[in-house]
Amino acid sequence: MGKILEKIKQGKMLVSDGAWGTFLQQKGLKPGECPEEWNHTHADEVFDIAKSYIDAGADMIETNSFGGTIFKLKRFGLGDKVFELNKAAAEISRKAAGNKFVLGSVGPTGKILMMGDVTEEELYDAFKEQVKGLEAGGSDAIMIETMSDLDEARIAIQAAKENTTLEVFCTMTFEKTVTGEFRSMMGVSPSDMVQVLIDAGAELIGANCGNGIAGMVGIVEEIRMANPDIPILVHANAGMPVYDDGETIFPEKPDEMAALIPKIINAGADIIGGCCGTTPEHIKRIRNAADHIK
Amino acid sequence: MSELLSRIAECIEFGKINKVAPYPPNMKGQDGADELTRRALDEGISAQRILTEGLMPGMEKVGIKFRENKVFVPQVLMSAKAMSTAMVHLKPFFLSGEVKEKGTFIIGTVEGDLHDIGKNLVAMMVEGNGWKVVDLGTDVKADQFVAALKEHQPAYVGLSALLTTTMVNMEKITKALKEAVPGAVVAVGGAPVTDSFRQKIGADIYSSDPQGLVEYLNSQLV
Repeated sequence: MGKILEKIKQGKMLVSDGAWGTFLQQKGLKPGECPEEWNHTHADEVFDIAKSYIDAGADMIETNSFGGTIFKLKRFGLGDKVFELNKAAAEISRKAAGNKFVLGSVGPTGKILMMGDVTEEELYDAFKEQVKGLEAGGSDAIMIETMSDLDEARIAIQAAKENTTLEVFCTMTFEKTVTGEFRSMMGVSPSDMVQVLIDAGAELIGANCGNGIAGMVGIVEEIRMANPDIPILVHANAGMPVYDDGETIFPEKPDEMAALIPKIINAGADIIGGCCGTTPEHIKRIRNAADHIK
Repeated sequence: MSELLSRIAECIEFGKINKVAPYPPNMKGQDGADELTRRALDEGISAQRILTEGLMPGMEKVGIKFRENKVFVPQVLMSAKAMSTAMVHLKPFFLSGEVKEKGTFIIGTVEGDLHDIGKNLVAMMVEGNGWKVVDLGTDVKADQFVAALKEHQPAYVGLSALLTTTMVNMEKITKALKEAVPGAVVAVGGAPVTDSFRQKIGADIYSSDPQGLVEYLNSQLV
């Protein structure tokens, strides 16, 4: 069993990090610029983000590699840099993490299998190249996230299991439908997801992004109902973004998020962190709330 | 004869492309939009009737089900694929002028944003409803939208964005369109976009789902 899962088995409630994309933009990443390229060109800024979450009390941090497959990188003319940019991403987070954990971030490719955009084999090879870079740079686990298609998630998990020795985690993104159920963009429910991801080899599953932490409680309950044992991770957005005078603002304040931590732990979450719009302050408050429970 | 048209509508609604297509499983081995459209033309049904009584009702049904969250992106994409397969047979009649489009709709994902799934969904739904669609692709800048609108006047313009960081570019593009072409009508949409955002940036229409846009466009026809 990997180190992160071992801690969970010991009954530890763990805290993950907050947003990367929105944080990079604050540091000057322009729309249309490649975030992963910053691992080479702005390594100090990327390090600052990683470090700020460690300083806030996170037990683990992600890497700046969400769009790090060849499908996204080649649109910036960086298709031949997949391994290097992912390795650099992991190295930066590794340096910031010290003895804390590093989760190598893997996002969706933006290609749709059933439309014939790509073959399963092409997807597998793309994820394989990325996770090898993330392992070489010192990741402790592969964090496959923001998935909406079950087949793409399964292929990413298999590529990570079969080509690295790391722990493999996977979260999907759900929204509430008009009838009040949770579904991914491709129509997958949290309970549909559970067995497929576990069978593919995921050792921890969960949800990320979404419309805020309140919705996450229901998603965690649904996963827990489908499987009593699988460790669950949540990376929640700071609410649904609102637009104000030329700026997008994520409305959920650190206190609001922290207030729901007991509820989400009670529902069955083992690791809690943030997604878009969350800051080191959010993570500090989540840490504080989690520590007061166990 | 009209039975053939309702079968075409069914193929569009459920995304049955052609006979060999495995999707949807319960229509396996049956003729799809491809074969049935060909047969309809061979039997002398006009391209106009195939469009308005076959393709459009099928797309409308899937559009409504999508809005009600009864189907999701994959089903709509399969429907759109079935429709574009049928459209190949109808293309000559559009070119000859025998079938008339309702009007022109220009669409693109705004500057800085490379996401195209939502934009493509809207483009296909609008096209499947009998409109001519000019798809400018992704990462489209204000001057490209303006040039396209000038070229295709009169036309409606749709701006798409997935990211909170790129939707802000909609404001600049909307302003440029309205300055360059007085009376330009601009629709905005995408995951982070809301109607209050639309109001703030001075755009004309927002819909949370593609069908809402189709209904708006149709409502503008005299």
